[in-house]
Amino acid sequence: MSDKIPVTVLTGYLGAGKTTLLNRILTEPHGKKFAVIVNEFGEIGIDNDLVVGADEEVFEMNNGCICCTVRGDLIRIIENLMKRKGRFDAILVETTGLADPAPVAQTFFVDQDVGEKTRLDAVVTVADAKWLKDRLKDAPEAKNQIAFADVILLNKTDLVSPAELREVEARIRAINPYAVLHKTQKCAVPLDAVLNRGAFDLERILEIEPAFLKTGDHDHDHNHDHHHDHECGPGCTHEHHDHGHDHDHGGLKHYHDEDMQSVSIAIDGEVDPEKFMPWINDVVQLEGINILRSKGILAFKEEPKRFVFQGVHMILDGDLQRDWKPDEKRVSRIVFIGRNLKDDELRKGFLACAA
Amino acid sequence: MSLAAPSLTDRVTSLAFDAHILHAGFLGSDMVVVTSEGIVQIGRENPPFRPHGDAILSVVQDQKRLLTGGDDGAVFEIRAGKTPVEIARGKGWVDTIASGPDGAIAWSAGRQVFSRDAKGNLRTLALDSSARGLAFFPKGYRLAIAQNGGALLWFPNMSATPEKLEWKGSHLDCTVSSDGRFVITSMQENQLHGWRLADKGHMRMSGYPAKIRCMSWSYDGMWLATSGAEAAIVWPFAKDGPMGKPPRECGARPARVTKVAFHPKALVLAIGYADGWVLLVRLTDAQELLVRAGGDGSPISALAWDAEGRRLIFGAESGAAGLLDLPV
Repeated sequence: MSDKIPVTVLTGYLGAGKTTLLNRILTEPHGKKFAVIVNEFGEIGIDNDLVVGADEEVFEMNNGCICCTVRGDLIRIIENLMKRKGRFDAILVETTGLADPAPVAQTFFVDQDVGEKTRLDAVVTVADAKWLKDRLKDAPEAKNQIAFADVILLNKTDLVSPAELREVEARIRAINPYAVLHKTQKCAVPLDAVLNRGAFDLERILEIEPAFLKTGDHDHDHNHDHHHDHECGPGCTHEHHDHGHDHDHGGLKHYHDEDMQSVSIAIDGEVDPEKFMPWINDVVQLEGINILRSKGILAFKEEPKRFVFQGVHMILDGDLQRDWKPDEKRVSRIVFIGRNLKDDELRKGFLACAA
Repeated sequence: MSLAAPSLTDRVTSLAFDAHILHAGFLGSDMVVVTSEGIVQIGRENPPFRPHGDAILSVVQDQKRLLTGGDDGAVFEIRAGKTPVEIARGKGWVDTIASGPDGAIAWSAGRQVFSRDAKGNLRTLALDSSARGLAFFPKGYRLAIAQNGGALLWFPNMSATPEKLEWKGSHLDCTVSSDGRFVITSMQENQLHGWRLADKGHMRMSGYPAKIRCMSWSYDGMWLATSGAEAAIVWPFAKDGPMGKPPRECGARPARVTKVAFHPKALVLAIGYADGWVLLVRLTDAQELLVRAGGDGSPISALAWDAEGRRLIFGAESGAAGLLDLPV
């Protein structure tokens, strides 16, 4: 990876525990220096860290793309911070409880100067085990934050019964089956669960499958990091390819969220890039406002390398990555997380891209 | 440029600082360097000092004084050989600052803009979105403010609400032509926008591959040189402005121009590049002179002439700097 400064975005509805997580990150004996961008100066601030107040000024880019919103204040702050490189190793951005994570994430892809000097590492969402269920009903912001997340801390688990915990976990999975989920009290997670995730790094998008089918949703067991990156060989017995919505996810009840869904589509073989590229561009142009996140790993016809892409609303980032391994099955899979997704249309459209 | 091009490199004295050079210039005969870590150096032999406890975010100067804004919320006025004067101290980063005629100062912190005349009368203006660029008109006490959605023209001593010049998009830096007829902003969308104030005519100057973060007017006010491309893009402002006229491209090289500075008395442009090169280009015949062949390769982040146009100072993001003495 480059020497770009990694940026971690912390989201979460009011009271979920963002500040607790922030303080935990800052006080762990990691020897790292952070620049922290916060909205309100609260009970934080460690001697060696730079703390900066932000305004959450979201504005549209004047480029004809209506959902291409960015955080103007963030561009300005990062521009100033990058004149002081050397003073910190990483940047943490705490958003307000009511914030949509998309403009923050898009800032790193849309602004050239910011993108040249920093890289978005992951969106980490803190959720309140007791109240999230209610917020998912009455607060679209809370749902956005869950849908957008790469890592979810289901926090305050001590305040709910095991049955309630399973319930809220199932609600989260109905919206975002792909995020890595940690059940926590007082946001107690090892730092490598939230930092240096490389969630937007094409080279680290190794597989696409619901996270709960992997070993764990390992609560406090951070030594299993390699499991995130495991690759299914030919002996793999995971029944995760083209899983439907009909089986019981590791004992979780299955819910369907009326508003926010994920759609996963697989082609058991290769894709024609001449068909796929225009199709995916059309999809994000037309449906980008509803698609919060997208990802895909594709086997292109007569191409020895895997094509990997990821997207935020209308912004797509894709590239050819490493070679398909000899023992790897050349399959193509894409996922979308979003609002009111047209499941049938997406499915039909993608399947028509088969080589 | 060709290898045979004449060179001034043997007339450059190298200087070194230990942080990103935010600003370089001259106060009288003294050279000035300001780093992002808050160091101010005036004159080569004098000890450096730190007016703000920590970082300096914004700097501007005229012939007599240096103005700095810091992450401590403070604004200082600094004159050679004098103790820095704290002009104000508030909350939030002071990340834009402007120097006006007759000693006026303007600065902003987030959505608050402050303007102080030479007598010390302070006026404030609350905006609906952050101020990004400030520029005083050359005459009268009037300030142009770039922000999201356009520019504002404000007479701080009249309490009237500012006049709004609208243009969709986020406006960054701001400059006013020496005759006060044109207000130009650089934009998030890699273009310049201008307003001809007489008839509110819009001027859109686009085609840049990157943001334009440096603009410099020629001494006669007829040309505006800009960074943001792999050549300095110089727009003609004689008569009605640049509309329908192609810009000049000076000093084309395979590296992005980061800084431009017009000579104070001649149509000669100093150009700093992202690979550390510095060239002088004469506008009349495109003759080029080499000042620095890259140095440590760090992008040029500061560039300025002295009042006579006899000396040029440049600084880089790495802290490397240099002083060119032109032959008499």
